[in-house]
Amino acid sequence: MSARTIHFILNGREVSAEIEPHRNLVELLQRFDLTGARESCGQGLCGCCTALVDGQPVSGCLYFAVMVDGKRVTTVEALDAEGSLSKVQQAFIDHGAFQCGFCTPGFVLMTHQLLAENPNPSDDEIRDYLSGNLCRCAAYPEIIAAVKAAARG
Amino acid sequence: MAQVGRGIPRLEARSKVTGRAEYTHNLRLPGMLYGKVFRSTVPHGRIVRIDTGAAAALPGVERVVTGDDIRKIIPEPYYGPAFHDQPILALDKVRHVGEPVAVVIAADPHVAEQAVALIEAEYQELPAVYDEVEAMTSKAIVHEVLKPAGTFADLKHLAGKTGTNITLDYHLTRGDTGKAFAGAEHVFEHTFRSQQALHLAFEPFVAVADPGDGMVTIHTSNQTPSFVRMEIARLLGWHENQVRVKVPFLGGGFGGKVYVKLEPLVVALALLVRRPVKVALTMEEQFYMVTKHPTTFRIKSGVTKDGKITARECEVFWNGGAYAEIGPRVCQKSGFTAPGPYDIDNVKIDSYELYTNRTPCGALRGFGIPQLVWAYECHTDIIARELGIDPIALRRKNILREGRPHATGTKMRDAAIEQVLEALAEQMQWSKPFDRGSGVIRRGRGVAIGFKASISPTTSVAIVNVSADGSASLNMATTDMGQGSNTIMAQIVAEVLDLQAENVRVMATDTDITPYDMGTLGSRSTFHMGHAVRLAAEDARAKLQALAAEAGLPPGTNYPPSEIFVKRYGMQAGNVIGTGTYVPTYQSPDKTTGMSENVTPFWMVGGAGAEVEVDTETGKVRVIRLVNAADCGTPINPRIATTQLSGGATMALGFTLFEDMVLDGGQVINASLADYKIPGMHDIPPMLNELVDAAQTNGPFGAKGLGESATFGVSPAIANAIDDAVGIRLTDLPMTPEAVLRALRAKQGRPLEDDA
Repeated sequence: MSARTIHFILNGREVSAEIEPHRNLVELLQRFDLTGARESCGQGLCGCCTALVDGQPVSGCLYFAVMVDGKRVTTVEALDAEGSLSKVQQAFIDHGAFQCGFCTPGFVLMTHQLLAENPNPSDDEIRDYLSGNLCRCAAYPEIIAAVKAAARG
Repeated sequence: MAQVGRGIPRLEARSKVTGRAEYTHNLRLPGMLYGKVFRSTVPHGRIVRIDTGAAAALPGVERVVTGDDIRKIIPEPYYGPAFHDQPILALDKVRHVGEPVAVVIAADPHVAEQAVALIEAEYQELPAVYDEVEAMTSKAIVHEVLKPAGTFADLKHLAGKTGTNITLDYHLTRGDTGKAFAGAEHVFEHTFRSQQALHLAFEPFVAVADPGDGMVTIHTSNQTPSFVRMEIARLLGWHENQVRVKVPFLGGGFGGKVYVKLEPLVVALALLVRRPVKVALTMEEQFYMVTKHPTTFRIKSGVTKDGKITARECEVFWNGGAYAEIGPRVCQKSGFTAPGPYDIDNVKIDSYELYTNRTPCGALRGFGIPQLVWAYECHTDIIARELGIDPIALRRKNILREGRPHATGTKMRDAAIEQVLEALAEQMQWSKPFDRGSGVIRRGRGVAIGFKASISPTTSVAIVNVSADGSASLNMATTDMGQGSNTIMAQIVAEVLDLQAENVRVMATDTDITPYDMGTLGSRSTFHMGHAVRLAAEDARAKLQALAAEAGLPPGTNYPPSEIFVKRYGMQAGNVIGTGTYVPTYQSPDKTTGMSENVTPFWMVGGAGAEVEVDTETGKVRVIRLVNAADCGTPINPRIATTQLSGGATMALGFTLFEDMVLDGGQVINASLADYKIPGMHDIPPMLNELVDAAQTNGPFGAKGLGESATFGVSPAIANAIDDAVGIRLTDLPMTPEAVLRALRAKQGRPLEDDA
């Protein structure tokens, strides 16, 4: 299939790309050497490929790349763009909220979204909001502790 | 400041939360091609024809490769840690659905995938066998010719039984069970079964091979880089130093990524097309790579009326799938612990590893132990209930205590079985009254304990490099898949050299510069590599002292290393290289009796206590509290150690309640994360994780491994709790709401229609 030119804002920077309509957002991000969003289950179930499009989380494995034309894309790599970690990232470190780290960028991004919508979530609200992210190492108790710590600031 | 015992975050924490940690998954090399696999659709059959014409003609396809093409690079393309039975691509026969038959190579993985759909294969189907007990006598023979590998010291005796599906049978006889049963006041006999389940690491299997001048570089997500190097060198007929294996962080392993998996394939492909080739599996394809052994375990015990177990017979059938993988070691190594952590005078074990026409089965977090504990701890509870003895009291009466001989004859040393059992009793408040409820929702509680021998004899080598400014780096082939090995090894180096652990650099594994390690598996790293790292750091420390002496400094000087280097070399220059090699002692079990005085360098002990609610209308089981207790000696990093408990227990919870690879006519019918559910946020019960107060006296700083320990007891603890709640006994895993409801209805005398 023939490629299309798309223009979008990637982590605050105007960029463009030539991409075929069957490629997904993860593949597009790879072209910019952004590998924090990773395709794992390929069904939008695990959350490893999470990225934000116009501020909304999407599963990068199911989201066609061409659909970001004219939009704003944010990836985990934007969070420490200034060289310092976000409070969510720091809380994940402080609470040991990961083991292998493969799913971690997805959890970190979703936690940012959660706290933007609900600055002081209860345990149940955390569980509900993050239920679309899976962690095979099962760092779930530590993730909940990290989210609460980040909420406390 | 003491470095061992500090609960510091993982060294690589920052790179993991920023998404910048390196995984093979992310790797792209200039000029790299992608391979996509065409897989068998039949469980057992002779290959009549493979038509690759249409695939090869698709624009963008570089090449289509079959088993015959592989032979041009590797004339004998069979690999495996126990038997050289697995072809890189199928030759003559296919032995399970999903077996790789051909590969399409293209610059664009989508083109390769499209071309795979154009390949056609014709098979002459053969009778297939899926069940491990049927495989004992089945006329369907999966492998006509058996080829023992002879690689590992503990598997040198492997021969297999030609004309059968048995790759290994392990037998142990201690005392006289027949006589003991005849004299026993009670005899109990039960059969328990466990299902096929799988690792499902979120970084699916992936490897890249990059051909060079008289050498090849392999980038891979693998737990055993040293073995990959040896096995690839063997397949190619090359020297080890012509094969370079690089392993960054692993996105999970859990025992799946041990020995060789995709590496022989990518190497053959890369050498065929003389360009770098990457093969990255999808989540679906992981269901065709390696899984956990399904098992059938017949267990029989003779017991006195006051609950002393006098005899136990264990007959264990391990469903190894289509290729032996590391199954024979599972069968033997775990087989000899089948009677459980109990002091029993008369024991007989018969453990069989069998080929079937399923996805191959290997090691999964516990190496067979969870399947055994599932059976012997359910059995133990049934005995307690039938005799009217409290389940913990019955265990107290029978557990193996310090200094007592295990069934193999090996005396128990530093195995905190009693402490783990008592920790469960205390945390479960066992002696207090328990409200079982009376309505639709009933409550129950249960415990289970298990143990495991470490793998032996195996070798680990480490290098500690002290630079002229006094900073240290560590070179080792132990790979960090999330268990935290880099961090705790850095703590050991820092402890010996009086540094800050955070400042020790742990090099990513690269076999060109990292020395041999048997593998990151079986919870062996803390003990084995921990010792090698300690020895390497001590060697470096001694060499620094020698350097100080050469520089004319007095013995026992307090000069910091950086000043010693300046004194010796006149400027900031030089290195001190410390090396350490560790191999524990071991005595192989006697071929006839299965006995050994030294069957393991250390024991892992783990247990679980569960409180459950059972909905008697729907069969739904909710775990309302899970207590995990384990003996890891003295932990090097208590925080990381504790999360190994919660992580292991949660994985086991999935295997207990819902994870199940369902087969229909040899086809896996739920090969996706949509249809094969794993534990998520809502499945995690409140958990309490306890590392019991213990020390492994022959371990590095008193420590030993625990990556698997929390997986041992979860399934039987929950089954025992369900029995306690509603008086039903489930003998098959997983314990789904449907299974519970069927058992409840059967007990009420109104079975569900399918059962009637």
